[in-house]
Amino acid sequence: MLEDVKRVILVLSGKGGVGKSTVSTQLALTLKEHGFKVGLLDVDLCGPSVPYLLNLENHSVHQGPEGWIPVYLDTEQKLGVMSIGFLLSSRNDAVVWRGPKKTSMIKQFLEDVCWQELDFLVIDTPPGTSDEHITVMENLRQVPQCSAILVTTPQEVAIEDVRKEITFCRKTGIPIMGIIENMSGYECPVCSECTNIFSSGGGKSLAEIAKIPFLGSLPIDPRVGKLAGQGVAAVKEIPNSNTSKVFSELVKHLTESSANGES
Amino acid sequence: MSGHPENAPQHCPGTESEDAGKASACAGCPNQNICASGAASVRDPAIDIIKNRLSNVKHKILILSGKGGVGKSTVTSLLGHALAGTNPDINVGVLDADICGPSQPRLLGVRGEQVHNSGSGWSPVYVTDNLSLMSIGFLLGSPDDAVIWRGPKKNGMIKQFLSEVDWGDLDFLLIDTPPGTSDEHLSAVQYLTEAGLSGAVVVTSPQEVALLDVRKELQFCQKVGVRVLGVIENMSLFICPNCSSRSEIFPATTGGAPQMCSDLHVPLLGSLPLDPILARCCDDGRDFLQELPNSPAVTALKDIVHKIVKSCEGTSS
Repeated sequence: MLEDVKRVILVLSGKGGVGKSTVSTQLALTLKEHGFKVGLLDVDLCGPSVPYLLNLENHSVHQGPEGWIPVYLDTEQKLGVMSIGFLLSSRNDAVVWRGPKKTSMIKQFLEDVCWQELDFLVIDTPPGTSDEHITVMENLRQVPQCSAILVTTPQEVAIEDVRKEITFCRKTGIPIMGIIENMSGYECPVCSECTNIFSSGGGKSLAEIAKIPFLGSLPIDPRVGKLAGQGVAAVKEIPNSNTSKVFSELVKHLTESSANGES
Repeated sequence: MSGHPENAPQHCPGTESEDAGKASACAGCPNQNICASGAASVRDPAIDIIKNRLSNVKHKILILSGKGGVGKSTVTSLLGHALAGTNPDINVGVLDADICGPSQPRLLGVRGEQVHNSGSGWSPVYVTDNLSLMSIGFLLGSPDDAVIWRGPKKNGMIKQFLSEVDWGDLDFLLIDTPPGTSDEHLSAVQYLTEAGLSGAVVVTSPQEVALLDVRKELQFCQKVGVRVLGVIENMSLFICPNCSSRSEIFPATTGGAPQMCSDLHVPLLGSLPLDPILARCCDDGRDFLQELPNSPAVTALKDIVHKIVKSCEGTSS
């Protein structure tokens, strides 16, 4: 089903809660704003966040003649989304599954979803280096145009887990496009003093040590936090924010490297 | 683990039943043969070994959250320090069941230590005289080493941690878990139910995207029959170190943990503010309770610990 997908971007992080889903959704929305046809696949089965972030809860997936039809954010069908959240009857339902069941679900997501032609497929993953990641990697091995973006926060305790994810990518042969540092500083809305709550610069120094491109740092911006649950692109709502600049740069980088035929 | 396989028909008698594989409902079930052979009703011998091993542990507490990065490990290490700090006669053990992303060695400041094997099992690493830790982090050669394991291997590791670590006499065993509702959680509950699990402390942050996953975790607890001791809301307020004004970095648009707790009828244990110094202490592995004993976070934490101890002692007596 992935033959018609031009590029696959995996969003990874060893650590949870660093902003993988926020980066995935904003990246997909920014690509859509630039006129690309985008798919977003959420393989976090125990904690799917994408339907909520894009305001698509209560939508359901339909079975078409060629496979599952993803949920589309817009009527022009520029951004299609697939998540286990669409298959649960209540948003409070827990998916209490061991590895083998998760593996077969992800295989179905990769093989049975009818994405049609896509410029980009963004895959949002859960934290860790286990069943979900191994399955995605095994199934994407044949897809040559696949690369990974790593998300981290600046503090050591997150960096430590992301280093493990880098090892995972290297062992499994997934090219790493770069590292994004999220939640790097918080500007007090009263006195404008910038506090590095979770310290700062960790992502950049990790990128230097691991010899991986650094794709930018995203500040803690309550305006971006408020976009969660609305399904709108930061580049559209708050075009002058640092967040928008990072995502615009990222999309530029992606389109240029695609044009040059790199992965 | 419930005795009913996931793919069983509606009237499955249960794998431990005498009728397993023989009832009329079993016809056509893919598990019929294995049930009829009696193999499914054989108990995992590890359950008894673990029960025996942990018989000197008074209270076993799981630290859970559906969501990652909300502070499960931070809260676990704080609880560990707080419980062990109140009284030198109280012994506390911390088991890090996060196999792919172990954080406890860093948070408790014992990175690079080694686990020793003796006749009575693996000796945990001692952070203080009465606070010990076991984590897969101690078994890795380098911090870059990734543990690329599927479920069964992770389960085997957790089984080993529970059955082979020589904790000695413990008052509290805190089990830090990874995010989700999958292998690690099911295994921990499966192996600990017989040994007597006091309950679970669930950690969340205030924003809806975290609560969404935490509600799933509460449903998990209900499904597998684990008592919820209560919910801790972490990162609830940020107090600017410059102007002392309070702001909500992760706004509780849907009422935060208090609303969720009243909706789902679980106790709220308290809220911990977002403190940059706390984050730094975690990175450096210092004991925040000793560094800043008068901070609002420590006051809130002590209150939470008090509630947990009371709740645990209420069940055991």
